[in-house]
Amino acid sequence: MSPSPLNGAEVVVKALVDQGVEIIFGYPGGAVLPIYDAIFQQNRLRHVLVRHEQGAAHAAEGYARASGKVGVLLVTSGPGATNAVTGLTDALLDSVPIVCITGQVPQHLIGTDAFQECDTTGITRACTKHNYLVRRPEVLARTLHEAFSIARSGRPGPVVVDLPKDVQFARAPYVAPDNIHHRTYRPPSAPCAAAIAQAAEALRVAKKPIIYAGGGVINSGDKASRLLKAFVDTTNFPITLTLMGLGGVPASSKQFLGMLGMHGTFEANLAMHNCDVMLCVGARFDDRITGRLDAFAPNAQKIHIDIDSSSINKIVRADIAICADAGLALKALLQAWQGMAEDKKKTQQKAQQKDLARWWQQIEEWRKRDSLGFRSDKKQIQPQEAICRLAKATRNRPVRITTEVGQHQMWAAQHFPFEKPRRWMTSGGLGTMGYGLPAAIGVQLAYPKELVIDIAGEASILMNIQELSTAVQQRLPVKVFILNNQYMGMIRQWQELLHGGRYAESYSESLPDFVKLAEAYGVKGLRATKPSELDAVIAQMLAHPGPVLADIRVDQHVNCYPMIPSGAAHNEMLLGDEPQAKVSDDGKMLV
Amino acid sequence: MTSEAASRRHAIAVVVDNESGVLSKVIGLFSGRGYNIESLTVCSINASDTVSRITIVTSGDDMTIEQIKAQLARLVPVHGIEDLSRQGEHIEKEMALVKIVAQGVERREALRVANIFGAKVSDTTLSSFVFNLSGSSRKLDAFIALMRSLGEIEIARSGVVALNRGEEVFSHHR
Ligand SMILES: Cc1ncc(C[n+]2csc(CCOP(=O)(O)OP(=O)(O)O)c2C)c(N)n1
Ligand SMILES: [Mg+2]
Repeated sequence: MSPSPLNGAEVVVKALVDQGVEIIFGYPGGAVLPIYDAIFQQNRLRHVLVRHEQGAAHAAEGYARASGKVGVLLVTSGPGATNAVTGLTDALLDSVPIVCITGQVPQHLIGTDAFQECDTTGITRACTKHNYLVRRPEVLARTLHEAFSIARSGRPGPVVVDLPKDVQFARAPYVAPDNIHHRTYRPPSAPCAAAIAQAAEALRVAKKPIIYAGGGVINSGDKASRLLKAFVDTTNFPITLTLMGLGGVPASSKQFLGMLGMHGTFEANLAMHNCDVMLCVGARFDDRITGRLDAFAPNAQKIHIDIDSSSINKIVRADIAICADAGLALKALLQAWQGMAEDKKKTQQKAQQKDLARWWQQIEEWRKRDSLGFRSDKKQIQPQEAICRLAKATRNRPVRITTEVGQHQMWAAQHFPFEKPRRWMTSGGLGTMGYGLPAAIGVQLAYPKELVIDIAGEASILMNIQELSTAVQQRLPVKVFILNNQYMGMIRQWQELLHGGRYAESYSESLPDFVKLAEAYGVKGLRATKPSELDAVIAQMLAHPGPVLADIRVDQHVNCYPMIPSGAAHNEMLLGDEPQAKVSDDGKMLV
Repeated sequence: MTSEAASRRHAIAVVVDNESGVLSKVIGLFSGRGYNIESLTVCSINASDTVSRITIVTSGDDMTIEQIKAQLARLVPVHGIEDLSRQGEHIEKEMALVKIVAQGVERREALRVANIFGAKVSDTTLSSFVFNLSGSSRKLDAFIALMRSLGEIEIARSGVVALNRGEEVFSHHR
């Protein structure tokens, strides 16, 4: 056999191209220089230089979540790999398909504490769906293709491929992506027909049904969202979405009750609490959703559709478990519903229509509480108002929103309406401050012509502010819309609720002048301090063809409601007008 | 998940690719998610050394055990999982090497006890024995307790290996 014409580094580039990768995010270093050299000598793969490897991971996440494709990052050994760990963990918790290629010291130095050596597969074991250390050039191409297939299939997630430098230099054979069949990995896809029939029957006789859907619907593909909408329209069942699921059905659907959970709406949480049959699609009963577990939907029969069998019966016992892709399960369920024997349909459905009407009546009562309502102010910009104005100003154009983490994130989730999937990218499971700006860069690269806005807090934005340079270098017109309350507002809110209003370290002291900071990066800086300036600043921001950082000075003391305090149940929500909220001692323990 | 449901002991067999890092993925899963490991054994089981069988003894209520199995199944290099305690009759064996240093009456008594238990003598000096005993973990516990009362001891135990009774073969063995 003649030696392969390619070295390991060239095989990496070829494999990426064959996987359909067009953009990779990365940062060079000694242990990946051969790959950078291979990238330099071709022009099919575009490399986007970030300013910190965490930024590369979040940018890859943003790209993946907006486009539905696998996001890719390339980082060096040691600090390059450890800097990426937060982004990998974020992608694991939010089920985002990314492949992270890390350089590693040559194999003869592994284990010697060599310069910039770290045990990358050891460190990333707990924050990846799977990881590899490639020890032989013969398995390199296959391993890379496997990494993509694992990242994107089943419940998606991050995969690390650690490449010792000697493997990058060695002659390596190439194999194409087709014909790679994994020996052990078999993600589920189609639902079991019997379980679907059982679920359809349970839903048919439900008096107070609710659909609770999450990120699994988004991950399954746009078709799943269309099927979900069709199911909601056919059944007229109320539906609520998790933070990860927003856009899964259009926010304007009349059956949509808003987001549920810790900062969910009154009607969504009370409908969850009082329902008799719950259909959970692609969501995982996270503690931010359930509140106190022993009081969670106490009288409901629970149907759980999830592609990850370990998510079923993990926290809440499912009465009917359907381990399958959300889209395929919804399709089967819709068919089962429509195919239900005509006679059954006629007699039973009349009864159900009556029950359903009563259920909707009750829900409308809850809706009247207008739990997201707020009072505008003449002197100070209310943060919710700022989001509503932003939503209004962007109503007629395609817009994709990312966020940082904190109150601003929850206000964005509550007040910005998402009509389609993949328009909303936020760090849900890990709650990573610093996610929004690099994610917006990834989103903008996936959709160069669309409007991409990072709704940020003044504290969070400083965690990855350096990525403004990336935006400038790549000419990406991302907009950063900072709700600047000069507090780590969410922390202040918890300190108010749990720690007697002692605001330890949550005041944003010594903030930079964001307008000047923007200008230092070559970005347009804007500021609004009064409600009367808000619309003009938003208009200026949207009109500017390049990146913008808008410093929106909002009321410093507003809290985010509704709120289910830790350790409380759905029907113990705080709406913000209680004189003195109390949290149980058990609740204080929780995060 | 906290639950008052009864905690039960389960022997679980996991067949995995025999690759570096796989064992740490399995063990890391248990430590990371707070499941306990009472015993863990591992060895390759096919001629080409490409597949290993890990036998884990753990305990938990039904929901926890289901969760442990689902989490194990999610690991990419796992071929298959068998909950032997769930599937009915199975055999569990463990092996122990027990060194006892004793003289005179204690030494003679140690040999008598070993005979009763069916332990074999693997090594001897004038003041010590190394016994080799296999059987259920309980039997080993009892033997070791007796030996401890007869002299200074050192023990090495293999951990539990387990197999289904009957003619059925776990198809993930290759
Ligand atoms: C990396 C990281 N560190 C700490 C936290 C804890 N945390 C959650 S929200 C928050 C405050 C965020 O402040 P800001 O960005 O100003 O948002 P606001 O709540 O004021 O809207 C902090 C510190 C976190 N989520 N992520
Ligand atoms: Mg703030």
